[in-house]
Amino acid sequence: MTRIFVPADSLALALGADDVARCLSEELTRRRVKATIVRTGSRGMAWLEPLVEIETPGGRVGYGPVKARDVPSLLDAGLLTGNGHALLLGPVNELPWMSRQTRLVFARCGEIDPLDLEEFRRLGGFLGFERARALGPAETIAQVTASGLRGRGGAGFPAGVKWKSAADTQASRKFVVCNADEGDSGTFADRMLMEGDPFLLIEGMAIAGFAIGASKAYVYSRSEYPRANRIFAQALELARRAGVLGERAFAPGCGFDIELRVGAGAYVCGEETALLESLEGKRGMVRAKPPLPVHHGLFGKPTIINNVLTLASVPWILVNGSDAYAAMGHGRSRGAMPIQLSGMLKHTGLFEAPFGMTLSEIINDIGGGSRSGRPIKAVQCGGPLGAYFPPSLFDTIYDYEAFAARDGLIGHGGIVAFDDSADMGEQARFAMEFCAIESCGKCTPCRIGAVRGQEVIDKLRNGERTQENVALLEDLCQTMKLGSLCALGGFAPYPVLSALRHFPEDFRPRSPEKEQVP
Amino acid sequence: MTRTWNPELASREIEALTHLEGALLPVLHRLQEVFGYIPAEAVTLAASALNLSRAEVHGVVSFYHDFRTEAPARLVVRLCQAEACQAAGARAAAAALMGRLKTEFMKVAPDGSVVVEPVYCLGLCAAAPAALIGDRLLAALDGASLCEAVEAAL
Repeated sequence: MTRIFVPADSLALALGADDVARCLSEELTRRRVKATIVRTGSRGMAWLEPLVEIETPGGRVGYGPVKARDVPSLLDAGLLTGNGHALLLGPVNELPWMSRQTRLVFARCGEIDPLDLEEFRRLGGFLGFERARALGPAETIAQVTASGLRGRGGAGFPAGVKWKSAADTQASRKFVVCNADEGDSGTFADRMLMEGDPFLLIEGMAIAGFAIGASKAYVYSRSEYPRANRIFAQALELARRAGVLGERAFAPGCGFDIELRVGAGAYVCGEETALLESLEGKRGMVRAKPPLPVHHGLFGKPTIINNVLTLASVPWILVNGSDAYAAMGHGRSRGAMPIQLSGMLKHTGLFEAPFGMTLSEIINDIGGGSRSGRPIKAVQCGGPLGAYFPPSLFDTIYDYEAFAARDGLIGHGGIVAFDDSADMGEQARFAMEFCAIESCGKCTPCRIGAVRGQEVIDKLRNGERTQENVALLEDLCQTMKLGSLCALGGFAPYPVLSALRHFPEDFRPRSPEKEQVP
Repeated sequence: MTRTWNPELASREIEALTHLEGALLPVLHRLQEVFGYIPAEAVTLAASALNLSRAEVHGVVSFYHDFRTEAPARLVVRLCQAEACQAAGARAAAAALMGRLKTEFMKVAPDGSVVVEPVYCLGLCAAAPAALIGDRLLAALDGASLCEAVEAAL
């Protein structure tokens, strides 16, 4: 039977995908046409959502963006055979956005029913876990280390090194914690993966548990992601029923299980030690390090905390070999990164590619440049704590070290583009405001610095003692960078200082002419 | 639909989760799911069931943005105000809605019908600005479509 694919990813739903599926189902019944509607995750081309796909002998053909009212005309034109229509896009895998990618983590996302375990297996699912079992824990960790995989949550710490430290620590219990608290604005890869291919994350976590000798794992997700949580919880239940998780997961008598926990709207809980406190049922207050979580983590036991994308990268590495992974990338940034584009770009969404492109390629070629027709003024990379890059720095190579050399960060892979209607002084003030709202309050530079930062920026924008206040703001930022316990206070200065350096005019009182710019 | 406060039901809901390690967040989420908010009496019940002090539970309730200590408005509109939405016009959309409802963020309408809360990222950044109106996600909004969607939900 012909299969029609309609995404059920949160973003597609927010753009009416359920209405499209309902209308399609009604029209098929009315026309007495037999076809199956499969609900999938998203391919990551947000500007084409809802993207409807049809299985044809020549591969999957896409139509988009489809509204419910387009359904009758699509069927009239021959949707079921992939025939022409104004919304016809052609073979999905041949669209430039798709064909230019190297989809390792997102290979299946958008293609399959996320809760179809058989389909997951048919497309290579659990092969990485089987490989890990054949290799044994030590060699599995060696493979992860040799691949050069670094933490995709933002810090970029080598995953294999973390795993080895936890494996080498003796303890009665150890934990794997998956950080799915994807709070950075402009990032949505974790959500897409949990909604589109949840078994891949389960597989990655099982490999991690096997490698370090943990029998219990947690996923710490967000209350802002209700759909991802629902799908992931269902996937966990299916995995338990299939014996992938449970008392005999690794071997008889050697069990492994994953529990989903949901945060409660605190951005700081994305910081790994605050996350542990929250999992323990406490306020999300950052812990001082050392001791490191690999030695003294959840409930005082050795714990590895990895981002969703880090864990989801591991199955590919084990199946294809660490050499194949390490062969991709640039400098010390190996492998591929799911880059997430948003803001005022023509093409927004998720684009997975090896490190090494320039920002200009990402913004102008992949993202298609400005959507509003106004020039791009700046892009913020790496979430609310990441620096603003002006076009003069768009030659920067997408790689951890190249970004750090320009006081920026890759973070979790988000890039938000602002056109020239943006007021960078306002954005800098927001960075301080956000830090003040979300500060856990434990360390003074963050708790008080963020409030003082807003006040100084307000004074600058009111034209009060400009020179002195610029010096004061720079000094305050320096204190926050060096004196904060975690990345919240430590990195909030980056968007502020980058905005101040590249757009000093936006920190002056706004002139009447400028006020008139819409 | 949320239930009216009922200590027996609350105790049963708490009891069903006490086997979890570090159970407080799941307990608070469950209480808020059932009753719509976490009244002071619930704090006492949770504290005693989990062998914590009331101060510890209160500290957790007050730390997290999600937990409410009073019954919410009938309709909660959560508007994303983070950078990706800002870049695509979230401030203007929010201003349009505030003008239409004659309200401001976090201020419950006098008749208890609606409250607009800021949220920092719904993960729909690639189709910004985004909002959660009740339990319905909406993306690629502007002032007009946001006002229309909120009024339709009222």
